[in-house]
Amino acid sequence: MHNKTITELAAGLRAKEFSSVELTRYYLERISRYDEQLNSYVTVCTDHALQQAEAADRAIAAGDAVSLTGIPLAQKDIFCTDGVKTSCGSRMLDNFIAPYDAGVVERCNGAGMVMLGKTNMDEFAMGSSNETSYYGPVHNPWDLDAVPGGSSGGSAAAVAARLAPVATGTDTGGSIRQPASLCGITGLKPTYGRVSRYGMIAFASSLDQGGVMARSAEDASLLLNVMAGFDERDSTSAEQPVPDYGATLNNSVAGLKIGLPKEYFAEGLSADVARAIESAVDEYRKLGAEVKEISLPNTNLAVPTYYVIAPAECSSNLSRFDGVRFGYRCDNPVDLEDLYKRSRGEGFGAEVKRRIMIGTYALSAGYYDAYYLKAQQLRHLISEDFARAFEEVDVIMGPTSPTVAFNLGEKSSDPVSMYLSDIYTIAVNLAGLPGMSIPAGFVDQRPVGLQIIGNYFDEARLLNVAHRFQQVTDWHTHAPQQFKD
Amino acid sequence: MSLEKADIEKIAHLARLEIDPGDVPDYARNLSGILELVEQMNQVDTEGVQPMAHPLRMTQRMRADEVTESNQRDKFQQIAPQVEAGLYLVPKVIE
Repeated sequence: MHNKTITELAAGLRAKEFSSVELTRYYLERISRYDEQLNSYVTVCTDHALQQAEAADRAIAAGDAVSLTGIPLAQKDIFCTDGVKTSCGSRMLDNFIAPYDAGVVERCNGAGMVMLGKTNMDEFAMGSSNETSYYGPVHNPWDLDAVPGGSSGGSAAAVAARLAPVATGTDTGGSIRQPASLCGITGLKPTYGRVSRYGMIAFASSLDQGGVMARSAEDASLLLNVMAGFDERDSTSAEQPVPDYGATLNNSVAGLKIGLPKEYFAEGLSADVARAIESAVDEYRKLGAEVKEISLPNTNLAVPTYYVIAPAECSSNLSRFDGVRFGYRCDNPVDLEDLYKRSRGEGFGAEVKRRIMIGTYALSAGYYDAYYLKAQQLRHLISEDFARAFEEVDVIMGPTSPTVAFNLGEKSSDPVSMYLSDIYTIAVNLAGLPGMSIPAGFVDQRPVGLQIIGNYFDEARLLNVAHRFQQVTDWHTHAPQQFKD
Repeated sequence: MSLEKADIEKIAHLARLEIDPGDVPDYARNLSGILELVEQMNQVDTEGVQPMAHPLRMTQRMRADEVTESNQRDKFQQIAPQVEAGLYLVPKVIE
């Protein structure tokens, strides 16, 4: 059952081979059996899930089912869920029962999907290893000593270990693609604005984007069909029509123009990962694609630029956590300033505090031009690199991450080395483009991810390109040994 | 740019963050390291480059000036740390 795709599960539900309640119980049972080892869920919603499953079964019986009615999913704990704890991986929100549903959650509920629970994540989505979570790190299902990546590490580990058929994630600098890569699953960060940010706890508002984490491109297309679309409550939501992402999955990729940025294969990339990526690209050559080298000359400026823009926006967004209206409040504040300082000092972890302070510094009087303005100018140059590349090619490919999963504790004491692990994913967020990571092999029994970057609103093409690869390779069907049964 | 103890204390105050005095040296070291990374930006001359604030270069949508939210004070105050008579309580601000 747990190896079935959501297409197969939906067909099974329609054919009454099993009910949504049975399917939900099956996954809840796997979570209780396995998640102690992984720590991929912060909250498991047993009762809530079974109620949703019962409602889904009634809808199926009444003939009212839509494509994913009755399919279980896991929601990243960054999406507000009415009546269910929404922690964002932080002590600050450990007591926060959201009073409303995020746009994404509303859409999933509206499609009759069943929420199994809320997944663990780096605190406020700030991290690349899931080690900054207040609830402790998530372990990589392929090797429990390894990180799952971050920040959507709980969703990635849950999907990889078959503790959820599919999950949501968010990606500000690589937080869907990098954990998808490290856990050997398929992750898609859509174009900025494609998926509603309403009720998605903000980290860096000009970069944040919700997306999907699945076991295949086909499954990802089904969930994206549910999630994508305009939401007037998100002021930067895109008013663009949403295609049926499943309709073009099987299009031929013969003649597809693939660009390989030479900067993504330069120093810093593990030789073994490079070999896996090259053989993945060879599969595309066999499918008739044309491959050419391109250049994204400002690649090495993406990480420095990001670490001004993201902290600046974070310092502003996170000023709302003040201990007054919701969230953590310190004990016995002596005055208002003490209330603010201690609630924030005790409620936030070290990485969040570092980023708030960097952002505060970059935005403070006298430094704005040197940091924030400069970073926005570089952001323009970085996005122009992509615009020029897309005049020549249809998609850009390269590694998602310079190495396979590193070990827990390996980078947690050195923020800069952690930041550099997102070197290939960050530029995509700065430009606002869609990007995917799909499984493309293993190095030392740890998964390698192939990144595919598309032009604005070209998610359908990314899914098509990924799906064709998955029809001629089987990397995406591998399951971690310990969680196979 | 290397940050000193006093810089960290000033930034933490601006951000209204209480930092344990014992942690200040670590923050000074880590934040200086991040700023060193950030200073790689200066490799490129950006004279005359338009700053990019938003990936899609959109203009903000406007909406009609109509009430769209209903009053949910009771629901929202259920999750507040301290309320009384429909008001959020904080330490006394005016003597």
